[in-house]
Amino acid sequence: MSNAVAHADAHGHAVHHPKLQHHFDTMQQQKEASTLGMWLFLLTEVLFFGGLFLAYMLYRMWYFDAFAEASRDLDIQLGGFNTVVLILSSLTMALGVRAAQTNERKNTVFWLILTIFLGCVFLGVKYVEYSHKFEVGHVPGPNFHSDSVWAAQQQIFFSLYFTMTGLHALHMIIGVVLMSVITWMAYKGKFDSSYYTPVEMAGLYWHFVDLVWIYLFPLLYLVERHN
Amino acid sequence: MSEHVSPKSVYYSIFGALMVLTAITVFAAYVNLGNFNAPVAIGIATFKATLVVLFFMHVKYSSRLTKLVVATSLFFLFILLAETTMDYATRGLQGMLPPLQ
Amino acid sequence: MLDTLKLPERHYLNNGHGFKSWLLTKDHKRIAIMYLISISVMFLLGGLFAAGVRVELLTPQGDLFLADTYNKFFTMHGVVMVFFFLIPSTPAVLGNFLIPPMIGAKDLAFPRINLLSLYIFWLGAAFFFYALFAGGVDTGWTFYTPFSSFSSNTNVIPTALGAFISGFSSILTGLNFLVTIHRMRAPGLTWFRLPLFVWAHYATSLIQVLGTPVVAITIIMVAVERMFGFGIFDPTRGGDPVLFQHLFWFYSHPAVYIMILPAMGVISEVISTFSRKTIFGYSFVAFSSLAIAVFGFIVWAHHLFVAGISTYSAMVFSFLSFSVAIPSAVKVFNWTATLYKGAISFETPMLYVYGFFGLFLIGGLTGLFLATLGVDIHVHDTYFVVAHFHYIMVGGAIMGYLGGLHFWWPKMTGRMYSEFLSRISAILVFVGFNLTFFPQFILGYMGMPRRYHAYPDEFQVLNVMSSAGAGVLGIGYLLPVIYFLWSLKKGEVAGPNPWGASGMEWQMPSPPPTENFTEQPIVHGEPYEYTPHVAREANLV
Repeated sequence: MSNAVAHADAHGHAVHHPKLQHHFDTMQQQKEASTLGMWLFLLTEVLFFGGLFLAYMLYRMWYFDAFAEASRDLDIQLGGFNTVVLILSSLTMALGVRAAQTNERKNTVFWLILTIFLGCVFLGVKYVEYSHKFEVGHVPGPNFHSDSVWAAQQQIFFSLYFTMTGLHALHMIIGVVLMSVITWMAYKGKFDSSYYTPVEMAGLYWHFVDLVWIYLFPLLYLVERHN
Repeated sequence: MSEHVSPKSVYYSIFGALMVLTAITVFAAYVNLGNFNAPVAIGIATFKATLVVLFFMHVKYSSRLTKLVVATSLFFLFILLAETTMDYATRGLQGMLPPLQ
Repeated sequence: MLDTLKLPERHYLNNGHGFKSWLLTKDHKRIAIMYLISISVMFLLGGLFAAGVRVELLTPQGDLFLADTYNKFFTMHGVVMVFFFLIPSTPAVLGNFLIPPMIGAKDLAFPRINLLSLYIFWLGAAFFFYALFAGGVDTGWTFYTPFSSFSSNTNVIPTALGAFISGFSSILTGLNFLVTIHRMRAPGLTWFRLPLFVWAHYATSLIQVLGTPVVAITIIMVAVERMFGFGIFDPTRGGDPVLFQHLFWFYSHPAVYIMILPAMGVISEVISTFSRKTIFGYSFVAFSSLAIAVFGFIVWAHHLFVAGISTYSAMVFSFLSFSVAIPSAVKVFNWTATLYKGAISFETPMLYVYGFFGLFLIGGLTGLFLATLGVDIHVHDTYFVVAHFHYIMVGGAIMGYLGGLHFWWPKMTGRMYSEFLSRISAILVFVGFNLTFFPQFILGYMGMPRRYHAYPDEFQVLNVMSSAGAGVLGIGYLLPVIYFLWSLKKGEVAGPNPWGASGMEWQMPSPPPTENFTEQPIVHGEPYEYTPHVAREANLV
């Protein structure tokens, strides 16, 4: 044989975990594959948001005063509140994964429902913020209105604001849907300490969405508040 | 991702730290630190992010490969930001080169 | 012994019949075949657009199309060929089919995500077809702003979204390959026993997951600018069109390495088989794949040399662009050393390898011309650039893809094609290709700009040569369709290893069963072991 391949005894179809997919050999291998897959997906998300952060970084350097003034128009209380809500949701998410790890079905469902609730609160606040922006004409484009001397460059700020927070909110919505599915599965008893990978993977995604906001909040809301 | 189960106290502590850091971020924004406002804000955000990644996302207890994936994403993001900034930051540096004849 | 070869009774192609068994399959091999059909259709479409371009350019005047129509032709040629043919090509067809057996696995890590990636590809193509039937798009495949984001009145958004969606197909394929190669190798298959084809796809997958998201967000930015009037790239509001170019090329330069690396993987496999020798400098070739992937990410602004970037950064990018040629050269040297004192032969896959050598060499070297700042000022946006990238993408990537298709066709279908016709086709492709694109180097150097439907009279002779060559090339590409299809019914039964090649994929029957291996293979030896015993087994002596 050209590369000296030997054939082992057949992998007998012995009893295996019901959740083991047949192209994997062990649950461990399956879990490691899922974990690596999710982390690689998050890597793509870093680069995805990264392009927007690049644009933001450059334009803020060039048009600092325009950005500072536009930033002050954002509601720091709502933004700060949302930051607290989202970090709290990361806590509840982490506790939910932990409950799945330790076979606590009811607690898993509890923490996951709380996480979803906090996510919806976040989205609700964003809706309030966006509505306000629409009202005062801060949506860039033909309906933009500003009396500032930097009105033109402020459109760039708001373009980035809406694109970045909009993309983030879209990820939140997907996260809420994802969490709802996971919560339902947890309620139905699909997870235990030997198999809770989907909860963990969903948790990684949720934490990532929180991470993006951890950067968005200071960059968008806190450009220059000390005047 | 390991089977390591963090005690709840770890999660609560990290949450507490994140709250404190958020408060500091907001507070610092109201103080005039000159050119340091932005680095301070980003620095605190990065510290918060590190806590989330290490503890909420369990990277501290994860395999080397997971840590490599995290590092790789940051490295290439850095390349994107740094090389583009290099262009914009060096525009108009005519003094570096001899003038065209 | 050869004439008693029979097709296996049960294999992946007849394991389940009907649309549902194909459209809902989780078998990586069936997904590969569906990709093969899909990208062949797209290649034909892209070729038709190219035909339009070359026919127009037979005469100096713009007499076949209006200028705007011509712009649509070269734009859509580029969009189809880049996003819907070249990027998927070798990975989605050959990578999908071969990576699991090459590492002794039953399937990829995520079979359903593999199927999803195919669906997403179709969805992206559907968006493109919508744009096509709605009147096309004329921005160039590079979508430069502010023309694409503001002024163009063609179907920019559906086309851009089509490219965006197909990008997710690419990301999912890359992600699947990375996890598969990391986590599903057979016992004994250490990293440095992997076939170089696998190394090449590993490096390609890195690029796919790291780079594609950046062009994805860039397309989103153009789309929101166009749809909502946002101002990210609008100069009247302080936006910077060059920022678009930075973001676009951050992906699109590594993208060309997505196109060439898998082809290089094919070359390694074919060349060792048909020189009956192990690859010279295996670890150098393996590491050079990684180096190309990493280096490919730091050189993008050589596409922006005349766009207004700073002189200082232009010098940095120029220097880095020179250095990215080094790992490619390492590969070419090692392949040449593989040939040295090997028992080389001239089967069709090997003809494509020889063609690849010459054409990739020219394409790569002319890349150095373009990386040279002073020269680039002169030849940027001329046919010199067009010739350079076609030498690499067609002379390199497509030759590699076709060589691979010919090499593994017996494995995928269980049949041999007509060696006579396939050799004719390979020669026609080589001759037609050079006739099409070599004159373009001269045209570009003489100053003919690209993306123009009319040109000064003195350029006509070379343009006519180029268009004639395109005709020959087209015939060369059509022939395989004929003899491959013919082989499915009438081709000689191939048997498991008609070439006497090493590699675990040749241990499977041809065509393979759905589960690839009935028993878990265990690897003891190094790859590419060619011995007289193996040659006798394959009836080559």
